Amino acid sequence: MSEEYIIPITQHSAEHLEFIRKERSEHRAVILSRIIILVAIFVFWEIAAIMKWIDPFIMSQPTRIAKTIAVLSRDGSLFLHTGITIYETVIGFLSGTILGTFIAVILWWSRFTARILDPYLVVFNALPKTALGPIILVWIGGTAGSIIVMALLLSIIVTILNVYQSFKNCDEDKIKLLKTFGATKAQILRKVVLPSSIPDIISTLKINVGMSLVGVIVGEFLVSSAGLGYLIIYGGQVFKMDLVMTSVIILAVTAALMYLSVAWVEKKYIKMR
Amino acid sequence: MDTVVELKNVTMNYHTLDGETQAIRNLSLDIRRGEFVSIVGPSGCGKSTLLSLISGLIKSSTGEILINNEPVKGISSNVGYMPQRDHLFEWLTILKNTIIGLEIQRKLNKETLRNAERLLEEYGLGEFKNYYPKQLSGGMRQRAALIRTLAVNPEILLLDEPFSSLDYQTRLAISEEIWLIIKKEEKTAILVTHDIAEAVSMSDRVIVFTRRPAELKSEHDILLTIDGQKTPIVCREAPEFRVYFNKIWKELDVHV
Repeated sequence: MSEEYIIPITQHSAEHLEFIRKERSEHRAVILSRIIILVAIFVFWEIAAIMKWIDPFIMSQPTRIAKTIAVLSRDGSLFLHTGITIYETVIGFLSGTILGTFIAVILWWSRFTARILDPYLVVFNALPKTALGPIILVWIGGTAGSIIVMALLLSIIVTILNVYQSFKNCDEDKIKLLKTFGATKAQILRKVVLPSSIPDIISTLKINVGMSLVGVIVGEFLVSSAGLGYLIIYGGQVFKMDLVMTSVIILAVTAALMYLSVAWVEKKYIKMR
Repeated sequence: MDTVVELKNVTMNYHTLDGETQAIRNLSLDIRRGEFVSIVGPSGCGKSTLLSLISGLIKSSTGEILINNEPVKGISSNVGYMPQRDHLFEWLTILKNTIIGLEIQRKLNKETLRNAERLLEEYGLGEFKNYYPKQLSGGMRQRAALIRTLAVNPEILLLDEPFSSLDYQTRLAISEEIWLIIKKEEKTAILVTHDIAEAVSMSDRVIVFTRRPAELKSEHDILLTIDGQKTPIVCREAPEFRVYFNKIWKELDVHV
């Protein structure tokens, strides 16, 4: 977004400068409004709690959240739990993307297999994967393993369907061109089908960050040993709403940062091409 | 002159669950070495099917196709195919694009690489070899696509409406350039087109197909009175050009 607003070095007409000035001032106004909304929410929340319009015991309040963050960072548990959640999510979505892409390759390779598996994929895609949580918990046990499998399950189906579709959308004429050179199926995959699908794979990665995070949080709810999901469920059980609100806010920031880093990778990649 | 490509009573049927479509019926054809032959016919008449058959991408239902007196069995490295659009891979540089055929055929070595670079150099793309396709004009891309086909050194070039995605002016200029390259590299060429003027101006012989299923309707040896060097644009000025154009137009029997 930022490079749209770089000041050009060359000379421009007054009309053009006026156009740029207008665009940039609108851009600043948008950013400023965003900040104002955020600050206003917290200020209003704080005032409402002080004035006893709301019960801070149930609704929590910004200063109490700040205090909780300070306490949790002092004993290091904030970083521990956030780190665990990030770790599980990254492992989940990377393995989901890699495994999903691999399965998509198999489906592309064999039209017969793809036709057989189609109804299973449709059903599995429609099924809310979180419903499988208790089964996974029983099979694998209350460990990080269960949580990662949850994250994997949530991301893998989307990956298979998206990447397989992208493989199928590969230009038939480009494939025909390689065939006229005598290309084998493996060469077609390596030379044209995979490279032309990379943008779709990266955008699937973006979806998978969110998907895996859902899996991880649900997994942490169930396993209840560590992570932000654990803090949320624990805070709810012992009625410490400050802890719940703090964890949700940290989770929101973490999720946004993870999404932005994948978006950053995507942007780097597009520039490279 | 000796025959390079020979079709004997070739019939091609396509099968779908809805039924059977006959694309080509009982077609016999000889293409001589070094000849530039154009095939014109109504749209969807099976012209492209013919190229797929010669290139070995598909197998004919009946009949025989011979290249240098050998029956076509699968893809032959004697045949180079140029598609309707340039189909350069956006993620590869121009040089990498032009050597993709060599890579696939595992023929990439110092010598073939140098030959590909020579072709790029000779046909004005030398300084663009490390550029990406999107940085090149439509005409340059088309030239790069031809060099990709020439890099594997085929004897016969199959051109499947290679200029149809270009605007008219670029199309005239590029067909001139491509024609000169093909003649200089001494290739046999079979051009499929629906542009009668293009066919007459570029070819030694124009073959007219009937509506589907394609059968041979007529053949015209193009003999034009020209001063100096023969090129497609000069050919368009020959007095006989219009005569051939009208004759073929009538044979195509277009009803809108």
